[in-house]
Amino acid sequence: MSNSSIALDGNGKLPSYLIDQGKHKGILAWLLSTDHKRIAILYMIGVLSFFAVGVSLGFLIRLELLTPEGTIVSAQAYNELFTLHGVIMIFIVVIPAIPGIFGNFFLPIMIGAKDVAFPRLNLLSWYLYIIGGTMILLSMVLPGGAADTGWTFYIPYSVRTGTNMVFTLSAVFILGFSSILTGMNFLTTIHRMRAPGMGWFKMPLFAWSLYATGWIQLLATPIVGITLLLVIIERVFGVGLFDPTLGGDPMLFQHMFWMYSHPAVYIIIVPAMGVISEIIPVFAHRTIFGYKFIAYSSIAIAVFGSMVWAHHMFAVGLSNNAEFIFSLLTFLVAIPSAIKVFNWTATLYKGSIELEAPMLYALAFIFLFSIGGLTGIIQGALNVDIYLTDTYFIVGHIHYVIFGGTGMALFAALHYWLPKMFGRMYNKKVAKVAFWHIFVGFNILYFPFLIMGWLGMPRRSYHYLPRFQIYHVISTVGSWVLVAGLLIMFINLLRSLRYGKIITENNIWGGESLEWKVQTPPIAENFEEIPVVTAAPYEYKENDEPVLEKEEII
Amino acid sequence: MEENKTLTKHSPGYGIYILVWLALVTLTALTAAVAGISFGKFSIVVALIIAMVKSYLVLSEFMHLKFEMKAFRVFVVVAILFFLLLIVLLFQNYSYY
Amino acid sequence: MSTENQAVVHVHRDDVGARMGMWLFLLSEFLLFGGLFLMYSVYRYNHQHDFHVAAEGMNIFLGTANTLILLTSSLTMALAIAAMQKGNKILSLTLQIITFLFGVAFLVNKFFEWRAEFRAGNYPGSPILTAKPSGQILYYGLYYTMVGLHGVHVIVGMTIIAFMIRFTIKGIINKDNYVKLENAGLYWHLVDIIWIFLFPLFYLIT
Repeated sequence: MSNSSIALDGNGKLPSYLIDQGKHKGILAWLLSTDHKRIAILYMIGVLSFFAVGVSLGFLIRLELLTPEGTIVSAQAYNELFTLHGVIMIFIVVIPAIPGIFGNFFLPIMIGAKDVAFPRLNLLSWYLYIIGGTMILLSMVLPGGAADTGWTFYIPYSVRTGTNMVFTLSAVFILGFSSILTGMNFLTTIHRMRAPGMGWFKMPLFAWSLYATGWIQLLATPIVGITLLLVIIERVFGVGLFDPTLGGDPMLFQHMFWMYSHPAVYIIIVPAMGVISEIIPVFAHRTIFGYKFIAYSSIAIAVFGSMVWAHHMFAVGLSNNAEFIFSLLTFLVAIPSAIKVFNWTATLYKGSIELEAPMLYALAFIFLFSIGGLTGIIQGALNVDIYLTDTYFIVGHIHYVIFGGTGMALFAALHYWLPKMFGRMYNKKVAKVAFWHIFVGFNILYFPFLIMGWLGMPRRSYHYLPRFQIYHVISTVGSWVLVAGLLIMFINLLRSLRYGKIITENNIWGGESLEWKVQTPPIAENFEEIPVVTAAPYEYKENDEPVLEKEEII
Repeated sequence: MEENKTLTKHSPGYGIYILVWLALVTLTALTAAVAGISFGKFSIVVALIIAMVKSYLVLSEFMHLKFEMKAFRVFVVVAILFFLLLIVLLFQNYSYY
Repeated sequence: MSTENQAVVHVHRDDVGARMGMWLFLLSEFLLFGGLFLMYSVYRYNHQHDFHVAAEGMNIFLGTANTLILLTSSLTMALAIAAMQKGNKILSLTLQIITFLFGVAFLVNKFFEWRAEFRAGNYPGSPILTAKPSGQILYYGLYYTMVGLHGVHVIVGMTIIAFMIRFTIKGIINKDNYVKLENAGLYWHLVDIIWIFLFPLFYLIT
């Protein structure tokens, strides 16, 4: 297949996707591009911008909590702050981040395809994402005030409150639609567009994680979609379905909300785990231990993760039967995640470990996510959860798994793949300095949450008892260290795009998946010729037998 | 690609669709007729079973599910199972006090 | 290095993939309505008598008529695709237009039905409805929401069919390339299936 219509550059190589080659030029060539790599960059700009907003909100919350009484914001404003922090971080950052940025950029390349199955729908997904995200930002300045219900939007308050609920919920609905389309796109891409020889069990584990995630996005998101739509309808038309005075059941809202929002945390974490599965083998120079177990565990997490939602409701009056079943299932869902942690650790064993920035973040993931996961198990125990519900223990758990998990994986992915995406290397020393600030700051910020939660500090609480102040102060100082680290990290990465050392080699880190065999940065079509795949993923030289399986084409 | 012409090979004549339609109309009449009979708690079960049969006909024949790759049928089953799972687990809370 | 690459074609065309995408999307639509069916099942379980009383006010004739209309429109849609496969453009076009008209008929019936309900005072927030027992309020709430959402999907489906009609006239859909029409058909059939369940659950509660 010749690309004779495209001029080769000075090195005799085809131009990268960063050079405008279509009929549009400049900004339009980005905003109207259906190239998955450009869309990935668009997502990156969006996600990281919204992340900055979310971090700022968190920073403000921590400042407010330095003192037990109100300090810098009113009670109403505080409610809006933690609501927006949650909505932005969950719906606009951690759910779309890894699939939207790295899934988009690397899934087609990893499976040997030129693009995703539906490139135009991919662009539509991004526009829906931006529209939804912008609406959330606007909700902060529109009259009525931003939503103040917490990101969980529980009725009846979400029906009664005078703030911009319809606007906010519409934004979340639109964001959900973006997620559904992405899931549908990735599922079809993986089924239909793998290169010759790329059987299911030759795919990189990142692709497996995106496959499992795609199913959750597709099947679970519509449930929260209809639930939030019904709150809008309740506010506008008063149908009674979510109005207790007319017969509506607040518990039913919670059931339906968590039927999505629990699987959503697996949308959040499974792609992150996929990233870790990519990075650990490369920087330990070992084939991943238990490839098939990790692949299947992604599917198992998706399946079991759909069955545990009511563990968010142990304190609201579930039936005894329900409590028992959901607690049991909650313990079970930890098993596939644990399998992954064991397999990553086994991969490290006797490996030749290189502590580059991606590896540091990956190791931090394992450590922090394990803490978060274990606190999750504690919460799964009914008798303990009665005391821990709605305390800072939960907030600590959330941040350890989401920020310590997906957040670290996001930073790992940035340090791993950004050089490939842009052909520039960041300053590795500065990257490590940033890492340590982030890691140390993170723990100073969030470990006190676990302690004070255990001691009874309630969450979402504007005032608190003076005995908790010491923990809050330590936390807030930790947040400053963390934010400093984030700034160093992002400035380092951003600078590298312009001033970083130019990379010409294809295989920057010594990886074995297909993205390390293509040009840096990749050409628009990804491959000059679609490869025929014969090797298994992660085959490394000084190692055990590689995992070569008979693949099935489904 | 040959797959793009798959359905031409299997392309049913018009007749089969008419037959399916007759079955659907009959089942609709049956549903309406049966509604008058009181099965007590089971009325809804009967109605749902008939609806499921009708849906199966639409899925399998009108939507060509029986001619598509096996993966498509797996997808539909997965979605249905997921939904059933939700109902069963949800009712754990509402059936027992 | 082998050069036999099936994906290296100038225009990437994958009809099976196109249908797969549509099927996956339909699954998400199924779950969207599924959430409503979940609510229906809980509320009905908790208010069985009230649901029965409220359902007595439903117009079974219009409900049955609409069911038959949608079933027949599914037939004409399937026939339209079969006609296109056989290269019979005029027949396919005619059947597509008939399907569209069936959609219109469905909506017209729905309009009369809702108008009657509104005139009887059974609309959300009305003093008559709010005075009723909560189970009946919930019944009507579910009725308007589920049937309303379904109606929105009927309109969307009709819009899609209108586009297909245009594509057929222009020859963009033809005997060798009709996956768009198949996908339109899939969407329409889903709309039919949802109604197949709505009908007994709202109109035929004994």
